[in-house]
Amino acid sequence: MSGVALVTGAARGIGREIALKLARDGFAVAVNYASSEAKAEKVVAQIETAGGRAVALQADVSDPDAVISLFSTVTDELGPVHVLVNNAGITDDGLVLRMSADQWDSVLNTNLRSVFLCTKAALRSMVRARSGRIINISSVSGISGNPGQGNYSAAKAGIIGFTKSVAKEVGSRGITVNAVAPGFIKTDMTETLGAAVIDGVEQQIALGRMGLPKEVASMVGYLASSDASYITGQVIVVDGGLAL
Amino acid sequence: MERAEIESKLKELLVDELGLDGDKIKSDARFEEDLEVDSLGVVELLMALEDNFGVQIPDEEAESIGTVGEAVDLVVAKLGG
Repeated sequence: MSGVALVTGAARGIGREIALKLARDGFAVAVNYASSEAKAEKVVAQIETAGGRAVALQADVSDPDAVISLFSTVTDELGPVHVLVNNAGITDDGLVLRMSADQWDSVLNTNLRSVFLCTKAALRSMVRARSGRIINISSVSGISGNPGQGNYSAAKAGIIGFTKSVAKEVGSRGITVNAVAPGFIKTDMTETLGAAVIDGVEQQIALGRMGLPKEVASMVGYLASSDASYITGQVIVVDGGLAL
Repeated sequence: MERAEIESKLKELLVDELGLDGDKIKSDARFEEDLEVDSLGVVELLMALEDNFGVQIPDEEAESIGTVGEAVDLVVAKLGG
């Protein structure tokens, strides 16, 4: 596989593993980050050491102007985006009774508005090329809900509806749009959970353990590949059997 | 740019970018009914016009485009104004 892949929020966690996986699969990768510049550069260095091609690009993907300029830079430096992975996400947990409107807005903006903005920007060239892959990182939290994550689960559920609508809008142009919904994955985001919470969660997972970022990345790699050419509008759950 | 030049450039875009049959592209041909352009195709046409003629076409104005001739009219008006 060749072409250009843009992964948002790719300096750390699942996004980082997705960037590394797509680079291994032959894509030139734009590693987007919001503030973790050093970590993004490390991802690029790792890709380059392995003989791949990558650039690190800072952009707040919830900002329309920043997204336009991000896509224009990617196009100039690597070429038009063939695979977009909307991965950037944050959490700001709290019970709804104690959640501020700002907590709601910041999570919805970073996790959902960004998906709309980046998808819109990517479709311009994908529609023209009559091909493209969009892979949105949702969450099991958006399917089953999770106490303390009213904002996060709303954004992640929103991604699912958006994925299906866009899949129907652009299917006739050879573009597939899918969502991947990870369960509990070992990242900085879940590191803050206490040992007791993790023990409790692991008891609910059929496979009895948390997942690894690379186990999500391999599904993204598959959806980006030509093997997945007939899959669109789907939500693929990668959770070790948590949401059964 | 002369009207004839705009018209021929537009025809070229319709054939190259939207994959339409050049023989069917007449001035009074309606995009949706005669040329079978779907709603996304109309958006593609607008993007192609914006990129190739360097004009901006807001949604309100885009609604006035029903036929090939009307698309030419709009571009002529934009470039003339």
